[in-house]
Formats: sequence, C-alpha cells, structure tokens
Amino acid sequence: MQILNTIIRGAGDGVLVPVPQYPLYSAAITLFGGSLVPYYLEETANWGLDINDLQHAVAEAHTKGITIKAMVIINPGNPTGQCLSEANLREILQFCYRENLVLLGDEVYQQNIYQDERPFVSARKVLMDMGPPLSREIQLVSFHTVSKGYWGECGQRGGYFEMTNIPLQTVDEIYKVASVSLSPNVPAQIFMGLMVNPPKPRDISYGKFVRESQDILESLRRRARIMTDGFNSCRNVVCNFTEGAMYSFPQIRLPPRAIEAAKKAGKVADVFYCLKLLEETGISTVPGSGFGQKEGVFHLRTTILPAEEDMPAIMASFKRFNDEFMEQYEDYRGYSRM
Amino acid sequence: MRKTVLAKARILLSNAHCCNSPRQAHNLLSPLPSSLSRFLSSSSPSPSPSMAPPVSLHTINPKVLKCEYAVRGEIVSLAQRLQQELEVKPGSHPFDEILYCNIGNPQSLGQQPITFFREVLALCDHPALLDISETHGLFSADAIQRAWQILDQIPGRATGAYSHSQGIKGLRDKIAAGIEARDGYPADPNDIFLTDGASPAVHMMMQLLIRSEKDGILCPIPQYPLYSASIALHGGTLVPYYLDEANGWGLEVSELKKQLENAKSKGIAVRALVVINPGNPTGQVLAEYNQRQIVDFCKQEGLVLLADEVYQENVYVPEKQFHSFKKISRSMGYGEKDISLVSFQSVSKGYHGECGKRGGYMEVTGFGPDVREQIYKVASVNLCSNISGQILASLVMNPPKVGDESYESYIAERDGILSSLARRAKTLEEAFNRLEGVTCNKAEGAMYLFPRISLPEKAIKAAQDAKTAPDAFYCRRLLNATGIVVVPGSGFGQVPGTWHFRCTILPQEDKIPAVVSRLTDFHKSFMDEFRD
Repeated sequence: MQILNTIIRGAGDGVLVPVPQYPLYSAAITLFGGSLVPYYLEETANWGLDINDLQHAVAEAHTKGITIKAMVIINPGNPTGQCLSEANLREILQFCYRENLVLLGDEVYQQNIYQDERPFVSARKVLMDMGPPLSREIQLVSFHTVSKGYWGECGQRGGYFEMTNIPLQTVDEIYKVASVSLSPNVPAQIFMGLMVNPPKPRDISYGKFVRESQDILESLRRRARIMTDGFNSCRNVVCNFTEGAMYSFPQIRLPPRAIEAAKKAGKVADVFYCLKLLEETGISTVPGSGFGQKEGVFHLRTTILPAEEDMPAIMASFKRFNDEFMEQYEDYRGYSRM
Repeated sequence: MRKTVLAKARILLSNAHCCNSPRQAHNLLSPLPSSLSRFLSSSSPSPSPSMAPPVSLHTINPKVLKCEYAVRGEIVSLAQRLQQELEVKPGSHPFDEILYCNIGNPQSLGQQPITFFREVLALCDHPALLDISETHGLFSADAIQRAWQILDQIPGRATGAYSHSQGIKGLRDKIAAGIEARDGYPADPNDIFLTDGASPAVHMMMQLLIRSEKDGILCPIPQYPLYSASIALHGGTLVPYYLDEANGWGLEVSELKKQLENAKSKGIAVRALVVINPGNPTGQVLAEYNQRQIVDFCKQEGLVLLADEVYQENVYVPEKQFHSFKKISRSMGYGEKDISLVSFQSVSKGYHGECGKRGGYMEVTGFGPDVREQIYKVASVNLCSNISGQILASLVMNPPKVGDESYESYIAERDGILSSLARRAKTLEEAFNRLEGVTCNKAEGAMYLFPRISLPEKAIKAAQDAKTAPDAFYCRRLLNATGIVVVPGSGFGQVPGTWHFRCTILPQEDKIPAVVSRLTDFHKSFMDEFRD
C-alpha cells in the first residue's frame, strides 16, 4: 500500500496488474485514485504471461490518456500459482525498461514451490544477472512476508519491501511516510529476522526446524496434487496444477440454465455457485469474480490448506455437490464457455 | 544511506530530464529517432534519455512530498548520525551519549514493561509452555489463566493466524467491558476496530472523511503531527484552531466557531474536529465543562468528533481527571443518533509504554450501518492488526483486579511508573521555567513539555542566515552541544512569531539532573552568544 500510494498521483497513473489477481492490488489502486490496467494471464498456457498482451494493454491505456507507471507480478501467482521462469522474468524486466515502468515483485510465496521444473528465482537476481546498464537502471520493489512459506505467521503482520534503483531522495520520502506510522511491530521484525536466518546445521534446533518445515512443505505439495486431481476428475471442471502459492483456482464450466438461475437470484454465476457450495457442503471458497477473469469464464479459489487427512473427504464432498449441481442445471444444449 | 557518485549523477540526470522534457505518454504512431526505436524490436533495449524514472522525486505522488512528520524529522536524522560518530570515535563530541527526548517511546529509555502483560503475551505466543509443569514455577497463576482464556477465544488457538478484521471477538468483548467499567456507560464490541497502534485508525478515518482538498479537518495548534501528515496524505485541508498558551493551553469554543466560519467562507466543508485529550504536545487535560461544550459544538455543527485519548492514563495533577468523550456525551443524554464520535486508544502510552507492539483501537459510535460496513471493508484490505497488539489492548483495558495473584505487583509497577512520570514532569517544568526568556506550562498529562523560548533578534537573524526556522536552529545547537534531541515547535504548529520545542519527560529519573544541568548550561551560553 505504501509503495502504490507513493507511485500513484491520480487517475492518469496506471498500474499493470495481472488478471486474475490478489485483490489487494485492485483495492489499493482504487483507494489511491489510480487506474488498474489489466493484463490477462492465459489459462490454457498454464496461466502464462504474453509480452505482446502487455504491449497491447499499455498501448490501449495510452489511447485513454493513462500513463502506465508500474507493473505488478505475483510470483508464484495468487490465485493462479504459476511460477515464472528466468526467461519470463528477463522478458518482463526488459519490457519494464522499454516502457519505463517500475516492477513491483510480489514474491510472498517464494517458499511455496510444488514442482521442480521452475524453482523460484527472484526478480532482483535476474535483474542483477543482466548486468549494467539494465541492472543499475530498472526500478524494482520486491515484497516478502512472514505470513506464507512454511511459517504461516499471518497474525504477526510481518513483511518487508526491498527497493532497487530507487533514487535516494525518493527513498527519503518513502522513509518519511513510513515514519508517520513510527515503526512496524517488533515481534514481527524478530520473526522476519528468524525467517531469513533460520537455524543452521549443527544448531541445536536445526533438526527439529528442518523436520517441521519440510513436513509442512511436502504436505502442501501433496495437497496441491490431491486438489488439482480432485477438481480435474469432475467433467465440467478444468484445473491447472498449483505450481506454487497456496491456492487452487479451478475453472467451473456452468451450463446456461445455471447462469440464468444466478441472474434471477441477482448474483454473478460464480458467486451463485460458491454460495450453493457453501450451503450444501460447508466448504467456503472465493468466487473467481473476486480476482478477475475473462468474460463468461468462471472460477473459484480455494486454499490447499485444509489438513491432509481431511482432503479426500473434502474433494469427495465437492464432487458430489458439483455433480448434483450439474444434474440440476444441465440441459445438454451446451456449456457456458469453451 | 550511502551516497555514491553514481547515485548522485543519476539524481542530477533525472532532475535535469524532468525540467527539460515533461513526461509524455508513449505514442506508438509518432515518428521516432532510431535510438528510440527499441520497443519495435525485441532485441536489447536502450534507455530513453528524455524519460524520468517512474519512481523519482518528480514523478511520485505530490501528497507524499507535502506531508511532514517532525517527530522523526531532520533533527532526529542528525542525532542518529552523531550517535554513529560517537560509536566510531568516542570523544568526538562534547557529550557521551545522545538522549532522545523527541519521541514518546518510554521503553527505549529504560522504562520496564508490566510483568503481567509480558507473561500473558509469552504464553500466548508459545502455548506449548502451558502444557509443561515447569511453567507454573515461572509464570504467575493469573497470567496462565488469562493466557488460557485468550487462547480459547482464538480459533485453533492459533496466534499466528489472521483474525477477524476488527480483531478477535473475545478480545473486543473484554475491551468493551473495560470501556464500560471505565465510563459507566455500555460499549459494543462491534464498535471496536483493533489496529496496529492508534495511527492506522486515524488514517482510516481521514481516508473515510476526506473526499478532496475542499474537505477540512479542525485540528488543534499545537498538534501531534500525525494529523497534519495524514490530512496531507489524504489530500484534505487542515483547519487550525489555536490553543491558548496564556491559559494553560485552553481550548475555547469561541475559537472553534471562529475557525469553522473562516473555513466555510473559503468554501471548505469542515468534516470533523480532532481533540487530543490529554494534549500532545501541550499536556493539558480538559475540564468536564469544556468537554461538554465541545460535544455540543460538534453536535450543532454536524462534525465528527475524533477523540485522541491515547494518554488517558497519563494524568499527573490531582485537580484534573480524565473523562472520555464517550462518557461525557452519554452523560449529556446523547446517543448513537446524536453524535458521531470516534475514540482512539493505544498500548503505546499510559504506564505500559508498549510502543513497539503496535496495539490500539478505535471505538466508532454514531455512524449508520452502511458507513460502518465501509469502515469494515477498508479494515479488511489489510486483513487484521497484529495479534500481540490485540492481546495487549485487551490486557490494558482489563488489567489484574483486586484479589488476582499479580494484582499487588501490577499496582506497584503501574504506580511506580506513573508517580515517577509525575515527578519528572514537575522537575523538568521547573527547570525550563528557570531559563532566561523561557516559559513552560505545566504538563497536566501526556508525556511532554512544550516550553516557549523568546529568541533574541540576533538568534533569529542567525537562523535566517542558516536558512533554518529559529526554533530548529535552537534545537540543532542544543543537540550539537549536549546530545539532547528535542523537536522544534514548528513541527507541531504554533502561533506565528512564537517559538517552542517539545521535550519528553521520559529519560530515567537518575538521568534527569544531567539533562537539566546540560540544558541549563547550553541555554546560558546560547543567550550569552545571541543576547540583544
């Protein structure tokens, strides 16, 4: 919020934000009076990012008189979970350089990686590897937190941002605004210190620390698989694998009669579906419309966080609900989309 | 912060570019010189010499540039540099240590936290302790009991989890009960929003109330500069009302009326009145009749009353008592439909001084449910305030009672701190009043003294030559000579032509004589140098 408030001068300032996105970005941009310029992630390409799409989004914004100042990437993605490759990151950095944008790298899920093809690489590392002049010119702000990873210390409210290539006078201004709120809470700062400097081999707590953290990460990896497979076993659901982060974002293909019923109830189709899901099964999810999605395509976001032993039952419960829902609203005339 | 040659060059470059060529949006259709044709190819790009970086002084939000916060401003930055110099080269300055009297940060100057509070926090943070027998030998029984109570109110006993965006319900229940016990009037836990200190709550209200620079907020002068900073950040207008120094920093409703009318005549819609009670930096505690006048004023003029009551436990004079504005309003028969009132409290002040934990709350009354929904929505964007701070807030509003195992030691700790603060307030006030050309009102409450210095013409001229405000000039000299850090009055606002500085009463009692003598010696030599 601090950084967006610093960047946004008014409605003429645009921020490129992925769709689907974690709605902090849309909320903050609105609160600060800026313009959200969406770039769509491609679901069929594993939620990939296309530089041409970005180019197009920027050009379109210009015709509306919007100056794009920043680009947000969420890596690993939320709600989508995709992990960016080094090549991706290089492309993005070069794009920011060409378009004179500051890159805002939301990297809070950097420790939540569930596949081995694309390990986490920070935007800063890629930038530094590019060498001068780019490594000294491209502006970057990277974000991290104690809330995710294997610590999950959400309640502490601990995090940090790291600035690269931001002019010193501007850093002074950012410091000034930070000082109005005096300081971040000290317990969270301590947590952060521990997060970036955990027990080392030969420390007394090392063994326990490794066991605890590995158990959590391995379990998350298994749960990511269980959920993805569970969703994909439903005939009207397509779910990309959760490569990282903490969520599953299945696409639910809804029949026209379901969409009509939703309209009658005064609800967006995915909201309607999620409400019914909650009422029938007690499973509480967030409708995809909360994150943004292409017109006529519906999703829901669920976390992969329920206990591993509960997962099979949860997925079975979902499947039962979904199949009944489809029976109720299907009329074999065709689906909502694709 | 390191200033490299390269960084300086870059700043110069970006500034120059900003002056010569205002930022323009890319136009793909306009003809481009070959050096700028980079984005038509996908090969390695080259920078645009005419483009300012997206994040630079000339391209960031002007409201950020406008906002100021003197409590950690220039003088403090200088103090930090001097401190570093002392560490690297002891004896390089005419003092052994920097004494930070600029900020209400008691524990940084040796005040001890309340044992009971820390016991409960420790147990809540590491509940495994509650399952081992040794704990009973190390922690008091009522702390253990309270920790169990609190953990039972947290889903899954998980203090690491996000809570309800207004804060954990059970804790809000406790706080509401504490407010009721304090005031004698009921409080609703649903009116409470737990926040990371009082400051974020103030920001939330400013965000809610300020629509444009045509919206004004009445603020006391002198004021705690969170208010001026927040109003600037949210693009509103600060409408000042002057406290009367000659009358113990009194607040006159006639002055409120005058400033309100003045603002209206300039087309400003005044939305709220900020009252800091006890006052910061001024320390005055409002008399009840005064508070009733203020409540009536807000009711008549349709203003939201923003009551900053974070120093409610810091009252040092027997003839004054803290009364919350909620209590006063309710005692006048005013309810939810009569007055919109937001009361701010914090765990940072009082006798607990837990500044670093970032705990606090606002109690929001007299707003319709649709507005309340909006406040909730904004609170939810940040998810929740930190759990330790929430727990502390519930402890502060619900401390050990008579009969609890920790009661005696808690009372001893509390009263020890408060009586020491009262003594320090008196000692420093007397010391300031002994200085040539200095008058200092009593600190009835809070944690500060705000002496007024009549600066000789010579000093004012010297300040002008140094391109500094006269009070900042004095404070800088004071720092360089004694290592004592205070905040110039201009950081808080003052009647034009008068000069003040704010000094906390927080250095430990055994350091106070040294503070007094160093300050006295400095002042004498300053006056010797600049006396007319």
